[in-house]
Amino acid sequence: MYGNDFGPPDEGVDQVKDPDRDTAHADAAAAALGEGLLGEVAAAEAALAEAAGRTVGRAAADADEAALQAYFDAVIAADQKIEPRDWMPEKYRRTLIRQIAQHAHSEIIGMQPEGNWISRAPSLQRKAILLAKVQDEAGHGLYLYAAAETLGITREELVEMLVSGRQKYSSIFNYPTLTWADVGAVGWLVDGAAIVNQVPLCRCSYGPYARAMIRVCKEESFHQRQGYEVLHVLGHGTPGQRAMAQDAVDRWWYPSLAMFGPPDADSTHSAQSMAWKIKRFSNDELRQRFVDMCVDQARSLNLTLPDPDLRWNAQRRAYDYTQPDYDELMRVISGDGPCNRQRMAFRRQAHADGAWVREAAAAYAAKRASDREAVPA
Amino acid sequence: MTGQTPTPAEPLWEVFVRPRRGLSHGHVGSLHAPDAELALRHARDLYTRRQEGVSIWVVPAAALTASSPDEKDAFFDPAADKVYRHPTFYDVPEGVAHL
Ligand SMILES: [Fe+2]
Ligand SMILES: [Fe+2]
Repeated sequence: MYGNDFGPPDEGVDQVKDPDRDTAHADAAAAALGEGLLGEVAAAEAALAEAAGRTVGRAAADADEAALQAYFDAVIAADQKIEPRDWMPEKYRRTLIRQIAQHAHSEIIGMQPEGNWISRAPSLQRKAILLAKVQDEAGHGLYLYAAAETLGITREELVEMLVSGRQKYSSIFNYPTLTWADVGAVGWLVDGAAIVNQVPLCRCSYGPYARAMIRVCKEESFHQRQGYEVLHVLGHGTPGQRAMAQDAVDRWWYPSLAMFGPPDADSTHSAQSMAWKIKRFSNDELRQRFVDMCVDQARSLNLTLPDPDLRWNAQRRAYDYTQPDYDELMRVISGDGPCNRQRMAFRRQAHADGAWVREAAAAYAAKRASDREAVPA
Repeated sequence: MTGQTPTPAEPLWEVFVRPRRGLSHGHVGSLHAPDAELALRHARDLYTRRQEGVSIWVVPAAALTASSPDEKDAFFDPAADKVYRHPTFYDVPEGVAHL
């Protein structure tokens, strides 16, 4: 998903505490940190191909539910992928539909904060880059809607759940982009946090989602870098430009940390999603990984992260840092962020305004089809 | 808000892209479009923004016939016990070359 900042599930999917999750995940995250995120995407792609070569045996064509469940479990244990027409537990299906849908909605709503600056980008090149980035986000939304549809839900239902507010999108997009530097901060921090969240999803047990995420992650790294470059230019520019960049980082830092969701200690994080290999790391593991990445990157920007307590902890081999304001996160999730109403109103308006295009395309297709019937070859 | 105008559902298309000359088309995903022509254009915009392909096929998803409701079943079983179809089944006498 884009982040874990969606709020409670809307379909009654059980979330249970996971008391004895081992520390292997944290070690893996720390080990992987040095290798670069794109390397991890490539590794996930290779692992997908490799696992496909393993034999898992087969379930008989007339297998009963227990046998089907056993086969499903074996496929997951072998790190193979579940495919759309495979038998799967109903809760697995519903969990995935909700997660992929909310991820797709986030990509779609996520076009708005940056779209805000396309007409005011400071140069033609920046404008072309920003257009390409926002177009990518539309593409990500569409890959993900297509992946969700393989689970037996229609595009119309998915769109309806977003515009009616029945399903959420990532809370980060309820913050405003006040200056041009915000475009840089969003690319660096918001896309950066999204990548940290999304790279493990390249190994998700559901095939269409994993494949969509591999595609998405390869494209995301350009998003993060263009944002970083925007900030780097400003951070080494005039005092006024540097101040503008610092202000943007100051405003986006904590909301970006909140993208990883509530802390593990008082979060209901889903042991089931871990067991199904949908989720691979806890919220705090991913957040720590993101903080550790950003510290050095901020230094090169000539900017500081707005946390006086940020310091290296030699014992943990990680940075200690101040947690984001989780009460604020809860307020934004429940609809009280700075831009919630604006984002939804804009999305509804855009959907309604596009109706004539969809109708015209359908009418044209119908006319062409009847023309072809009327003139036999 | 002007309310939801009901639009007829657009058919689903499966998209296949040939990455380079000499390679086969591979399935990359799906999309909705009212007709084949628009499906092709959408496929270009959605799946080849970075020169991922030199050729695109779009196929109405409804026109695909799949081998079975699962990705695994007895349909493929007849091939399982015919190991003699593989060259590795045969012992080649020592010293025999070019075989
Ligand atoms: Fe994206
Ligand atoms: Fe992005």
